[in-house]
Amino acid sequence: MYRQLTGPDPLGRGAAAESPRYAALRPRTESADRVADSVCPYCAVGCGQRVFVRDEKVVQIEGDPDSPISRGRLCPKGSASLQLVTGPQRQEKVRYRAPYATEWTDLDLETAMDMVVDRVLDARERGWQERDEQGNRLRRTMGLASLGGATLDNEENFLIKKLFTALGAIQIENQARI
Amino acid sequence: MTGNRLSGPLDDPAGDAGHAEHPPRVGFFTDTSVCIGCKACEVACKEWNAVPEDGLDMLGMSYDNTGSLGANSWRHVAFIEQPRSTGRQDPGFLGLPTGPTGTGLMADAVGPRLRASERGGSELGTGPLDGPKAAAEQPVGQPAEDLGMPAFSRPGDATGPESRTDFRWLMASDVCKHCTHAGCLDVCPTGALFRTEFGTVVVQQNICNGCGYCVSGCPYGVIDRRPDDGRAQKCTLCYDRLHGGLEPACAKACPTDSIQFGELDELRERADRRLAQLHDLGVGEARLYGNDPNDGVGGDGAFFLLLDEPEVYGLPPDPVVPTRDAPSMWRRAGAAAAAFALAGVGAFVSSAIGGRR
Amino acid sequence: MGSNMAEAHPVGFQWVIEAKARGARVIHIDPRFTRTSALADTYVPLRAGSDIAFLGGVINHVLSNDLDFREYVAAFTNASFLVREGFEDTEDLDGLFGGYDAETGTYERDCWQYEGADQEREEPEGASPDSPSGDDDSEMDKERTSPMGSGAAGAPLHGATNVATDPTLQHPRCVFQILKRHFARYTPEMVERICGTPREKFQAVCEAWASNSNRERTSALVYSVGWTQHSVGAQYIRAGAIVQLLLGNIGRPGGGVFALRGHASIQGSTDVPTLFNLLPGYLPMPTAGSHETLTDYLDDLRSPTQKGYWTGADAYLVSLLKEYFGDNATAENDYGYAWLPKIDGDHGTYRTVMDMVDGGKVFGYFLLGQNPAVGSAHGRLQRLGMANLDWVVVRDLAMIESATFWKDSPEIETGEISPQTCRTEVFFFPAASHVEKEGTFTQTQRMLQWREKAVEPTGDQRSELWFFYHLGRKLRERLAGSTDPRDEPVQKLDWSYRVDGSGEWPEPSAEDVLRRINGYRTRTGEPVDSYLELEADGSTACGCWIYSGVYADGVNQAARRKPHDAQGPYDRQWGWTWPANRRVLYNRCSADLDGKPWSERKKLVWWDADEGRWTGDDVPDFPATTPPRYEPPPDAVGPEALRGDDAFIMQADGKAWLFAPHGLLDGPMPTHYEPHESPVSNALYGQQGNPTRKVYGRTDNPSNPAPPELHREVFPFVLTAARLTEHHTAGGMSRQLPYLAELQPELTVEVSPELARIRGLTHLGTAHVVTSRAAVQARVMVTDRMSPLWIDGQVVHQIWMPYHWGGTGLVSGDVVNDLLGVVADSNVFIQESKVATCDVRPGPRPRGAALTAMLAQTRARAGVTVETGTRIATADDVPHVTHTEDDTAGGTDDGSTDDGSTGNSAGEQS
Repeated sequence: MYRQLTGPDPLGRGAAAESPRYAALRPRTESADRVADSVCPYCAVGCGQRVFVRDEKVVQIEGDPDSPISRGRLCPKGSASLQLVTGPQRQEKVRYRAPYATEWTDLDLETAMDMVVDRVLDARERGWQERDEQGNRLRRTMGLASLGGATLDNEENFLIKKLFTALGAIQIENQARI
Repeated sequence: MTGNRLSGPLDDPAGDAGHAEHPPRVGFFTDTSVCIGCKACEVACKEWNAVPEDGLDMLGMSYDNTGSLGANSWRHVAFIEQPRSTGRQDPGFLGLPTGPTGTGLMADAVGPRLRASERGGSELGTGPLDGPKAAAEQPVGQPAEDLGMPAFSRPGDATGPESRTDFRWLMASDVCKHCTHAGCLDVCPTGALFRTEFGTVVVQQNICNGCGYCVSGCPYGVIDRRPDDGRAQKCTLCYDRLHGGLEPACAKACPTDSIQFGELDELRERADRRLAQLHDLGVGEARLYGNDPNDGVGGDGAFFLLLDEPEVYGLPPDPVVPTRDAPSMWRRAGAAAAAFALAGVGAFVSSAIGGRR
Repeated sequence: MGSNMAEAHPVGFQWVIEAKARGARVIHIDPRFTRTSALADTYVPLRAGSDIAFLGGVINHVLSNDLDFREYVAAFTNASFLVREGFEDTEDLDGLFGGYDAETGTYERDCWQYEGADQEREEPEGASPDSPSGDDDSEMDKERTSPMGSGAAGAPLHGATNVATDPTLQHPRCVFQILKRHFARYTPEMVERICGTPREKFQAVCEAWASNSNRERTSALVYSVGWTQHSVGAQYIRAGAIVQLLLGNIGRPGGGVFALRGHASIQGSTDVPTLFNLLPGYLPMPTAGSHETLTDYLDDLRSPTQKGYWTGADAYLVSLLKEYFGDNATAENDYGYAWLPKIDGDHGTYRTVMDMVDGGKVFGYFLLGQNPAVGSAHGRLQRLGMANLDWVVVRDLAMIESATFWKDSPEIETGEISPQTCRTEVFFFPAASHVEKEGTFTQTQRMLQWREKAVEPTGDQRSELWFFYHLGRKLRERLAGSTDPRDEPVQKLDWSYRVDGSGEWPEPSAEDVLRRINGYRTRTGEPVDSYLELEADGSTACGCWIYSGVYADGVNQAARRKPHDAQGPYDRQWGWTWPANRRVLYNRCSADLDGKPWSERKKLVWWDADEGRWTGDDVPDFPATTPPRYEPPPDAVGPEALRGDDAFIMQADGKAWLFAPHGLLDGPMPTHYEPHESPVSNALYGQQGNPTRKVYGRTDNPSNPAPPELHREVFPFVLTAARLTEHHTAGGMSRQLPYLAELQPELTVEVSPELARIRGLTHLGTAHVVTSRAAVQARVMVTDRMSPLWIDGQVVHQIWMPYHWGGTGLVSGDVVNDLLGVVADSNVFIQESKVATCDVRPGPRPRGAALTAMLAQTRARAGVTVETGTRIATADDVPHVTHTEDDTAGGTDDGSTDDGSTGNSAGEQS
């Protein structure tokens, strides 16, 4: 009050009213430990994103002004990326639903991987086709299929196609045909 | 300097508020003629400022499900469907088997829900706002097209005036105006609201006691109390980001640069150029809103280029800071002083009932 | 056109706004007035599914008024090429081209070929992709003839340099004249009848488009991939390309056909394909029979006598095999070619799902960031298919409908699925998000951008790279001792990717995978700098030849981030664009016959006579030192055979194809066919729909009747669906987020005020949309943005729905894709999901058994049987044969009714 009455802010609506906490406010991006250059995961425009990390947590995601594609801008979905990666909807544990079960149960990640290996080999075996009726070589399995890839990285799609092709699985598809 | 401290043109609100050395005044120029209604501003604002979700209810005013600015929506994109055209834009419905417009049906369905909402308006400044309903029902110059149910007719039968041909879809992102003379600030008894060195107006959450005077002090119906703790909330123009030399989150995200951030003087020049350009292109209805230092709030720190009357967008046509007239100013100052005396009590009560976090 | 860019690609739309501010005129042609229309100068309505009629009208306007860019067209397209005698057009055959076989629903396409081409070709042993043999399995035959087996450049063109031409474009059999005759009846009046676009309006578009396309000016055509979701989808794109070619808008700045795709790396997942018919770089998957050996495959891929860079396909394929199998790929074993599995027809996602429903064929299913229970057409079929599997692996960020179908799908309510009887084992693996892993996305303009990892994923969250690397590692361990020859490819796989970290489960290095996708010399490991360095002798390995160069100089070029304001207009140092970091494809076309820019204003690349090479703002898309007036020697092949004006360097004849002598299954030129489900008859031909479309005539995939079938009044309205800005595809990345969910909390159906009056719908009231597959409930949005159209004398109403809702998430709703059946384009097997017919009724939909009964009753009223919609040939003088899968189906009688058995075969099994 004293500062207000004697200082240049007689109505006490500006400098005199400002609390130290507000005077000291800084953007949280300034205190980030690091910034990762990234790309928006939604549509195919490919807007640049900058991912601010503090204490190994993502604290902000915003547009990369250097990008010639987006010039720092993001749509509502791109702007919601922080919620996308840090929100409570993110699953953190493997979940397993047994045949005829009415609920999920937990499963250890490595166990789950081994179970998938078993099932891939079994489905591959049961769906194997060596030759067609004319005797032409097929060398394939129709026992398993995969759908997805449009949201994944090129490197991931490469390994997916390579592994399935070696297994003889051909029904490998993604959003591009949907 | 003190002459216009409470109303009228004021060149340097930050200096007037005691910021001796201060940066230029900054603000927003929102050019609604390029708004695509994507709502990136709403989301970017919420992500940066951690503003809570504002309810998952359907409003259905065209693509607007936010409804109005409020404690949990510091940006609001309005969508207005109107049976009239903009400039030389060809809306494309001529020659189609159309009947009368349905925009009235939309307004009839949504209007009451907007009116019933607890948000907005004040006994000061202008009267309560009807939101976009008023706009949709009364487009300037063509009220007859919008009112009431259409005559019965089979689609395709209609010709002439009964057949809708003109149409436009206006979108505009609204925000706190950061008035030169800010009613909210003037009536705030606790000093929670203050004028920053950038000339913007900010609520200090560590001081606000939730008295709510500011809510009725705002001629635009912007500031609002959050239901959980009662504290007043509104756009800060990303005060923390300004300290770091960053532009506010909404302006940064805006895909089409409809929301432009910058020094106010430069923005006003830019807006004048854009207005002239649109007028040259035949968009005669384009006009600026909130850019005039002689208006009832001394001009806005956040001003707009609109394509119709402000009422159409749910904006008051002639906002007036409640403290403009001297007698009422003193009345308000007295009330504020009284409220200030009670502030400690308010804080105590609020704290006692566990309302403070 | 066919794009709501402001809605679906808002940040990309900034460039449209910027162009507009600089004087560009924006015309939006769409069934609805959208966010894009709101910012356009002109909105032009048309009926969903009628775009080829519209574009054909533009072509007719250009050709009949001599408005084409003649120098460009004569130089860079195949306008002057002569087509064989005996070619029959749709004008001759009531909407069919010559060569149609009604029994198989396919064309014998040799009669579409150029005069002089393919004359001395020897047919390989066995089935040829070009000539259906005596195979009596008609469906198989149809699929075997598909150009899907031909990769990037379509079928090879033999003897391309022998093609007869008429440079004056006057010969009655030259492409130019054939095109002109083909589209002559696509008049403004006809466009108005078919599209509902008033003729003056249409005329104005034609004039604007043509007058803005010349030496000084270019026009851009933007579509979004909804254009592909039609039973004539590939021909939609063709029609747009033909307009742009005739007007000289390809390969020039400000021109082009922009395909705006909808997923962060959907372009990448097509380039480095997770698609059944492709290997990386648009090399085809080998086909059973015709591709028995490496030589068979390569011979079928390209002709030794053709022009251009596709002749290097042997190097691309062998280098891929070297990446796949490393040192185990040798000249002696044809680089492991025999280890590749063979395809022999449609193995697309819908075929696979039907096989799941039928049972006993497919046992396990991986879903990788994909939610078919909501996002694929005919959602019910998807869910019933999954409920009939042994196991499903779902990898996603959040719990999605495709992981929980066994307990909360709509079929629980109808009793078709119950947890107690559903045997499907479901594994849900939480996925790492885009900030928790590194790698490249390829965006819609072919640009690869590297993402840095920001943080480690939490708990069990892992990247797909981790999952598949370790799945492969474990499988290889398990099969290491096997002597079964079928396990050889797994054993011989080169799986030696670098890993970051230690222990049994480290994260593989995405950068190492990218390096190997780029390619390297097998002896030294040194990266190659471009696909021009790839060899067919095993000395190079390369995972995807078109990506060769992304790791040039051993540097991750996709990670380059030089700010846009610190470099030139084409931003060549930001990311990396395939091929060869080229931003504008076919940019040779930006210069005239002498290699000079058509105008100063529109310059891009040009011939530098002093230096003896092409240069410019972009990387020239042409052999660097081939002069603009170059004439190759007659015996030249490959890149050396390209003339100075053969700007389309991947094409076997160096030209852009106004007329496609090969490569398409449903015609050498686009033709207007009505959608599979349409309220009106085709105004142009007796042939109603695409005569080669893929119909899956099954009781669980019923069609609404369309002319000439009766009872179409039961489904009188046109249904189209698309995106909202506020949501993303099937909703897994938006309906789960409060900040997005609150912006569009409920499923809506948009109707015009006129339709609202007819059906008694009120704004924000509840309504349900009905097809022969499903009923979907939504809130009504009555809006002036929707409008009825005059179609051939009758009023046609259209309705629109966003398709983002499902049962899981903060906001939920019915699945719009349930309304759709499955019918596909014959070229690429993409479903027609942008247009169907429907009814809309006020009030909530029935639920449970009442819903099933209502749908059965509706089908009965419409006379829907398994045969409805399967008589794909309706032209005069051809047999009208049904194409159904069910043994019980047969005959050609009309009017038999369905007793409600539709779809229950799957239900019984689950």
